[in-house]
Amino acid sequence: MIELTAKQLADAIGRGDVSAAEAFDAYRERAAADDLNAYLWVAEERPEAGAGPLNGVPLAVKDLFCTEGVPSQSGSRILEGYRPPYTATVVRRLAEAGAPLLGKTNQDEFAMGSSNENSGFGPVRNPWDRERVPGGSSGGSAAAVAAGSAPWALGTDTGGSIRQPAALCGIVGLKPTYGTVSRYGMIAFASSLDQAGPLTRDVTDAALLYAHMVGRDPCDSTSLEHPEAIALPSSERLDGLRIGVPRDALAHEGVEPGVLAAFEATLARAEELGAAVVDIALPHADHALSAYYVIAPAEASSNLARFDGVRYGLRRDADEGLLAMYTHTRHDGFGPEVKRRILIGTYALSSGYYDAYYGRAQQVRTRIAEDFRAAFRECDLVATPTSPTVAFKLGERVDDPLAMYLGDLFTIPFSLAGLPAISIPCGLSEGLPVGFQLGGPAFSENRILDAAYALEQAIGFTPLEVGG
Amino acid sequence: MIDREQVLHVARLARLQLTDDEVERMAGELSAILAHVERIGELDLEGVEPTSHVVEVSNALRPDEPRPSLPREVALANAPDTDGEGFLVPSPQA
Repeated sequence: MIELTAKQLADAIGRGDVSAAEAFDAYRERAAADDLNAYLWVAEERPEAGAGPLNGVPLAVKDLFCTEGVPSQSGSRILEGYRPPYTATVVRRLAEAGAPLLGKTNQDEFAMGSSNENSGFGPVRNPWDRERVPGGSSGGSAAAVAAGSAPWALGTDTGGSIRQPAALCGIVGLKPTYGTVSRYGMIAFASSLDQAGPLTRDVTDAALLYAHMVGRDPCDSTSLEHPEAIALPSSERLDGLRIGVPRDALAHEGVEPGVLAAFEATLARAEELGAAVVDIALPHADHALSAYYVIAPAEASSNLARFDGVRYGLRRDADEGLLAMYTHTRHDGFGPEVKRRILIGTYALSSGYYDAYYGRAQQVRTRIAEDFRAAFRECDLVATPTSPTVAFKLGERVDDPLAMYLGDLFTIPFSLAGLPAISIPCGLSEGLPVGFQLGGPAFSENRILDAAYALEQAIGFTPLEVGG
Repeated sequence: MIDREQVLHVARLARLQLTDDEVERMAGELSAILAHVERIGELDLEGVEPTSHVVEVSNALRPDEPRPSLPREVALANAPDTDGEGFLVPSPQA
């Protein structure tokens, strides 16, 4: 049963070949026995789930989604043991659609990181090579799906946090158009960028899960209806599809040759399937990373002001007065990367620096959105490698925050423009998975999923053996 | 570049205590990150509108109708210290 995709499992349950209770117990056992540190909490028993079309296929959920009565810590010691009084809209919707909560997955603290090494609860290991990182920040979700301790999982993506770990773990990850999935109940990192999405074994599962995530939510005023019903993909050909490749951006020195080779081979397959591969320019992509590392920390420094030892979570040194309580609680509760980003963000928003940093970064954001609009006059979808490198060794980049940030080079432009993008596994380099990123205009998820599905069939990527 | 004094100033604004070692390390790391970030200064952005929100949503209003809020005891359940009616905090004068 474990070797089935989520869709196949839902169908098997629907046919009566296996019961929802058996499926839950099998995954509960695997999740409880997980030795990758992918889970921070695993359900003791099967929760009530709706009688929806997902038929009881269990769902692993990133720690930062609030789940009523269940630890929701966003990977941070400052929220250790926090059990929220309500459930995030998207988790509630999926439970109602028939996907019960299996467990909460490890992540970089407050979703800040690309390796899962910033978790307050220890790093996650990559099931392809336990000495390597699974990527981040949704590293626990990606590792759980790749290792078969979850049929599928929810993650969030702010600058690449679904796509990059999906790439490094050899699975599929979709970052939807900003606004199509409610953010209500997601512990916020950078509100103008955060978006929930699926991490799955294949493209069909990503479409199926996403189809039950979308929709406006009165509790999130930035949410909106998806203009299209999300369909399960079925295309086998790519005839007439124009795939744009930003050649200048690919020339970055940090891109590994093995990653580039797998990427080019996938483009060749796309052409065999009938697609036209065209060169496009994203002239401001080179500055996207810089703009992102102003905007995201600025929003984070504001969002994280709420963690002050008053209403929930850690409290330190209350006997030393209010200010000492605030500052000591935050010192002890936040890890180094979160502190770094709070300081950068506070600096960028502080008097005298706002225009030079935050103001300019928002202008760059406009330029990047314009770049994509211009590109989509020449092509239908844009392709890049998801990550410039394969999974790196644990500890390799922890002392060089900037090197870590450069891993988000290709994912960030889509994030800043609010556009949807998927990562699918497209081959191996040095025995480790390489991700192929395909992005499109706002609300083009159906087209992206269809193209990704056709490529997936043509690539025939062999995932990790998870049965047995 | 950002020096020790600036790190301490920003940390005060952010209500974040730092040890001496952390101040030292952050000054170096923040300087490297800001040097990269400052490349946005190279661009000519004269007259470019800033983007704060990427998807067009305007006037997302809802009817102004009262709804039940979290019961008080539920809202207080996670608090480190309460008197049963509100959150207790130490005196700002202490």
